[in-house]
Amino acid sequence: MSPSASPSAAPPALWNRPHLLGLQGLSAAELTVILDRAADFKRLHAAGQTKLDHLKGVTVGNLFFEPSTRTKTSFSLAAKRLSADTVDFTASGSSLSKGETFIDTARNIEAMGVTQMVVRHSTSGAPYHLTKHLKAGVINAGDGTHEHPTQGLLDIFTIREHRGQIAGLTVALVGDILHSRVARSNIWGLTTLGAKVIVCGPATLIPPEIERLGVEISHSLDAIVPRTDVINLLRIQAERQRSAFFPSIYEYAHFFGMNGNRVQRARKDVLILAPGPINRGVELTPDVADGDHSVILDQVTNGLFIRMACLSLLHEARSVSGQH
Amino acid sequence: MSSLLIRGGRVIDPSRELDRVGDVIVRDGRIAEIGSNLGQADEILDATGCIVCAGFIDTHVGVRDPGFEEDETTATATAAALAGGFTRIAALPDTLPVVDNAAAAEYVVLQAKRAGNCRVYPLGAVTRNHAGEELADLGQLARSGAVAFTDSNFPIASAEIMRRALEYARMFDRPIFVHPQDPTLTAGGVMHEGYYSTALGLRGMPAAAEEIMVSRDIALAELTGGRIHLMSISTQGAVEQVRRAKQRGIKVTCDVTPHHLVLTDADMQKYDANYKVRPPLRTEEHVRALIDGLVDGTVDAISADHQPWASEKKDRELDQVPFGIVGLETLLPLCVKTLVEPGRLSWLQLISKLTTGPARILGWTEAGMLATGVSADVTVIDPTASWTVDPAKFRSKSRNTPFGGWTMQGQVKAVVIGGEIRFRVTEV
Repeated sequence: MSPSASPSAAPPALWNRPHLLGLQGLSAAELTVILDRAADFKRLHAAGQTKLDHLKGVTVGNLFFEPSTRTKTSFSLAAKRLSADTVDFTASGSSLSKGETFIDTARNIEAMGVTQMVVRHSTSGAPYHLTKHLKAGVINAGDGTHEHPTQGLLDIFTIREHRGQIAGLTVALVGDILHSRVARSNIWGLTTLGAKVIVCGPATLIPPEIERLGVEISHSLDAIVPRTDVINLLRIQAERQRSAFFPSIYEYAHFFGMNGNRVQRARKDVLILAPGPINRGVELTPDVADGDHSVILDQVTNGLFIRMACLSLLHEARSVSGQH
Repeated sequence: MSSLLIRGGRVIDPSRELDRVGDVIVRDGRIAEIGSNLGQADEILDATGCIVCAGFIDTHVGVRDPGFEEDETTATATAAALAGGFTRIAALPDTLPVVDNAAAAEYVVLQAKRAGNCRVYPLGAVTRNHAGEELADLGQLARSGAVAFTDSNFPIASAEIMRRALEYARMFDRPIFVHPQDPTLTAGGVMHEGYYSTALGLRGMPAAAEEIMVSRDIALAELTGGRIHLMSISTQGAVEQVRRAKQRGIKVTCDVTPHHLVLTDADMQKYDANYKVRPPLRTEEHVRALIDGLVDGTVDAISADHQPWASEKKDRELDQVPFGIVGLETLLPLCVKTLVEPGRLSWLQLISKLTTGPARILGWTEAGMLATGVSADVTVIDPTASWTVDPAKFRSKSRNTPFGGWTMQGQVKAVVIGGEIRFRVTEV
């Protein structure tokens, strides 16, 4: 899309991308546009405006080639709040089991008049691949171990909501960094907005050369807890433990689980995030998950407004560029 | 029989360091004379401004016939080979059925005869059905024309099987070709392990996976006295190990592909299956080591490692698509671009990597050269002709290449096999 396609003189920075595939490469201004739009929706919602008409007449397709409950529900509800029609597709019981490729599935759904696709896939790069075959705008709802941009945005939104700004904060991402698309989106978004990011986990779950993404590496949660403003506890994905990344869940929790003792050694205003679904007693103990520092349910609430922001911004960009 | 005069070209023959303008006369299918102003013949091929050299040899080509004719057939593979300047190719045995017995090898020879394009030599499997468990019929394969043994892209995980294969193959004076990678370190991998695999969230295959197997196989070659050839090496560590092994007199040879010289792991940012190759595209540092290896002679040959795949197999999720790209028709200009233009190899050196080098790997003494009396397998190249790669025009049945749209110099103008012009670019 050419820059000249958005001649509007509107003062705030504009969003003019046709797709949201990741937070890598987004500018601080672009990230802020999304966060501010989400904040507007949250205010409107608090004021009782629960149904808006930004996407009236638009059909959004939710294509989930990998199971998801929370993200899919959140996107579906976000589209409905904006008055869109939605088409849901999940991999189980679909034509994929009859041998159809995911590209053909997406093209068929597009042929039904869908102009915005929300895509979740177990293969990194699959949403990017789809953009080569579709005219519709694509929002990545999580691809393999690559990115999960709306989760990264809702984490950042939640932090900003509680701390006012991102720049200058120290944020720890704890756990399975190697397999985490949430970690990558958080790293790109947070570092672009000026936060210091520490990735913390067993050496087997820290991918090679990750320091080149501008993060610090730690293998000791105890060592970093006292100097961290935000601790984001990534899920240990049992299904990914194909080979021995650590000796046992018990040993993992001992070294990398967030518990009451560690919270006491943390800053008084530390924020505890978890993208979930959480394993109580593994990444964090129930007293921490339900404690004063936890903003886990705020994340879920904010996810809705972030997804509304992304859907509406992408739709407006398409309208401006005449692709609609 | 008839005679052919290849007139006025720059005749290059690395086997005797020959590089001068002249004529080549072919009689009865063999090179009769090389010199100046050699007079007349029944047929004349004007090579003015062109390079005249022995036909290229590729020691491992995915021909896919029988069993995977949706990807390639012997007819299309050999047509692609001719267009790329190759007069001889050795066909990988990873077909269906696998070439692990005499009948299968004879089928390869028969199909090549039917196609009537370039010469095709079967490679026989090392183990039955490429399963890595029991030896294939190596002796009968050799007798049926197999010029070497390989389990194609399947690593031979058992050092014991590898040792026995090297010992047994010695009786027939055939090398074992290996694709060196430790399967436990590469399982599920899509690309080189490093910064880009981390950023892209794609499972990596570390350089160590290759270096471990290179080290093991060199040790086994030393133990057994067998000949080992490492296909498509891609790492600095592999080049260094081969260099040391050669200095110690161990019978090891190796080749590299053009794509491992031109592309890097950064290209995977396109999430394009046409960059998914095995071994994976590495970093600049590894690329430099491969080129240094070509320059100092550690790397004996360049192979396209031609791996055709029908489009329905490549246009899928990146972790599900097979490895490899087609390469026979783009090898020459890629080599010119990476090796000749920057001055790393002379034309004579480049041609040695495509003729005498592969011939030496296979133990061939009368191929890959322009000596008087040898079979007239000749390739004529226009070194300065610029052309744009258009995959739709490939003679190969498959189009899985990352080089579509690239404009490069160096074009094959004609190919002669046994004195007969089998390929010729017709000027429009």
